[in-house]
Amino acid sequence: MLEVKDLHVTVEGKEILKGLSLTVNAGEVHAIMGPNGAGKSTLSAVIAGKDGYEVTAGSITFEGRDVLEMEIEERAQAGLLLGFQYPVEIPGVKNVYLLKAALNAQRKARGEGEIPAPEFMKLVKEKLGFMRMDASFLQRAVNEGFSGGEKKRNEILQMLVLEPRLAMLDEIDSGLDIDAMKIVADGVNSLRSEERAVLMVTHYQRLLDYIVPDRVHVLVDGRIAKSGDKSLALELESRGYEWVLEESAA
Amino acid sequence: MSAAQAFLDRLEERVADRRNVSGEAEPSWIAARRQAGAARFEALGFPTRRDEAWKYTDVRRISEGDFGLATNADFSRSTAAALGLPIDAIRLSFVDGLFSAELSDLADLPAGVTIEPLSQALQANHEAVGGSLGRLTGVDFSPFAALNTAFAEEGAVVRIAPGAVVDTPIVIQFLSRANAQPVMSHPRVLIEAGARSQATVVEHYVGEEKAANFTNVVGEVLLERGAILEHYILQEAPLGDSHVASLHIDQGRDSRFTSFNINLGGALVRNDLVADLNAEGAEANYYGLFFAQGRQHVDNHTLVNHNAPHTFSNENYKGILGDRARGVFNGKVIVKRDSQKIEAHQSNANLLLSDRAEIDTKPELEIYADDVKCSHGATTGQLDEDAVFALRTRGIDEQTARGLLTLAFAGEVMEQVTLDTVAERVERTVAGKLPERFNLSDLVEVSSESGADSAARSSS
Repeated sequence: MLEVKDLHVTVEGKEILKGLSLTVNAGEVHAIMGPNGAGKSTLSAVIAGKDGYEVTAGSITFEGRDVLEMEIEERAQAGLLLGFQYPVEIPGVKNVYLLKAALNAQRKARGEGEIPAPEFMKLVKEKLGFMRMDASFLQRAVNEGFSGGEKKRNEILQMLVLEPRLAMLDEIDSGLDIDAMKIVADGVNSLRSEERAVLMVTHYQRLLDYIVPDRVHVLVDGRIAKSGDKSLALELESRGYEWVLEESAA
Repeated sequence: MSAAQAFLDRLEERVADRRNVSGEAEPSWIAARRQAGAARFEALGFPTRRDEAWKYTDVRRISEGDFGLATNADFSRSTAAALGLPIDAIRLSFVDGLFSAELSDLADLPAGVTIEPLSQALQANHEAVGGSLGRLTGVDFSPFAALNTAFAEEGAVVRIAPGAVVDTPIVIQFLSRANAQPVMSHPRVLIEAGARSQATVVEHYVGEEKAANFTNVVGEVLLERGAILEHYILQEAPLGDSHVASLHIDQGRDSRFTSFNINLGGALVRNDLVADLNAEGAEANYYGLFFAQGRQHVDNHTLVNHNAPHTFSNENYKGILGDRARGVFNGKVIVKRDSQKIEAHQSNANLLLSDRAEIDTKPELEIYADDVKCSHGATTGQLDEDAVFALRTRGIDEQTARGLLTLAFAGEVMEQVTLDTVAERVERTVAGKLPERFNLSDLVEVSSESGADSAARSSS
């Protein structure tokens, strides 16, 4: 599904990713862990298409398409969705409008007509209920005045409505208390299916107790230094990252 | 010879030509007033950038223009229909300043409403109009008001009887034609709202794309005790038009005036709004939106005079400027001595869509009373690029994302707009075609209800 090959990325002249390779297949959940500054957030930002990241070498393909050649919105329409670590506040744009405009943009890209209003409301209400969010959220401006936990839940709500093929979650657990984390994890888990994949970036093993990954990668100094199954996360939790560094240097 | 002198001479000659044809003598008070207007204009001359009130607005497009006078009000019915507001309305139409009976719809006026073109009102009973006309806007207000006084020939006289509640909007439509030689007009609008009456009046300026005329309108609005009036200026004049307008509002006790001053068109635009809150309980709300692109120039000067205690004013103007457009906002609130316990709020926020667009904004408060509640502020910014990115990462294309955010900026003002057709026009102009109506009032209502019944309504 997603193929990242030998990716080199510089930000303001500094090389952050130094030959990262990663393959995510449909049906899989991958977790990328690593110390601060290793380039975890850079990877998802580059895949989503954020400005200011220069790809100097390597490639990213998504279902055979060259992601780096696609507009930001085309990536989303193709089913690549990024959940932000710090969701932006958008005063004056109501949540309900964002959801509807986004869903219709995706349908349009697939050659489908706009979703009928009753169907849309039914869908959104169901997802709101799942995320234990009040219907009043729909009328509020996107993320404006939301608490940290509400913002994260709102990111997942968008995912549930848009049903991405690949959901990328950037530190979705940061700032969440345990109850909020369970709700967020339930949301993400409900996205899991044979056709979909999840790529999450996290600093803490705790999240992985709730969203159990198929593969765990350790990102150190711009490269994947080690990959394994979920037991790798537990090992990292108890031993830290030092041993991976030493091992990869050896 | 000064520019004003030359302009005046030319205009007088043209007006004289036309009067000779019609051969009718005017009542002496009108003739006297014209003379006073002409004399005042001659003495003042066109404003220059040295005049504080015109510091940022260069009127040479007008003063150096050669404008004729329209000789007929011919206008294609279908074009007028396409340009006009598609709403059920009481309609009075003018073409390049001349009354068009054909394009007006004054049949079945609701009880308590009188609407006439100024020329007919004068002919029928000039003394009944004479008392109000010019009472609020004197020749000293500005050179353009003086010029209007000297040459006003046509306009609208709207009277709402005491106690009348008029649900149907009254639309005064000014159509501008693409003439071989540009023309000018000096319309006059007089609105008298009787005690406890309630009405909505829309002044709509619109026209043929290639038009390049000059409209110099003066409006006078009187609100008796307890009258409620919503007043729209929907200025969608062709991009070659010059548009100068001054509107004076005189408010009695417990009256409420709400202004929507929406400027989307015109090459050179200047609006002056002056409300006098003359008795306790009077309230003025000023909502403004200006959107300018290319090299459009839009100047709004507003003034609220709190002449009595316990009066209230609230002003919110939003400016959106792209390309090399230029905007001016000058909002002034004057609280007279002894006007205690008043409340006045004012804000102006501007959004610059280009590096070369420019805004000059100046909110001013002059307070001579000591027990008042006042606030004012102005901000200028650009679109939040992080928000543009966030919307695009949800699949929304860049143009729509920018349009949405631009409209969102105008949101505080647009939320107040009560006529959906006006809101739609603004959306279309500001954001281009959006996937659907930005104002999702239907959806929002539905979201707080439940069941298929309410959901079905949102699709209607």
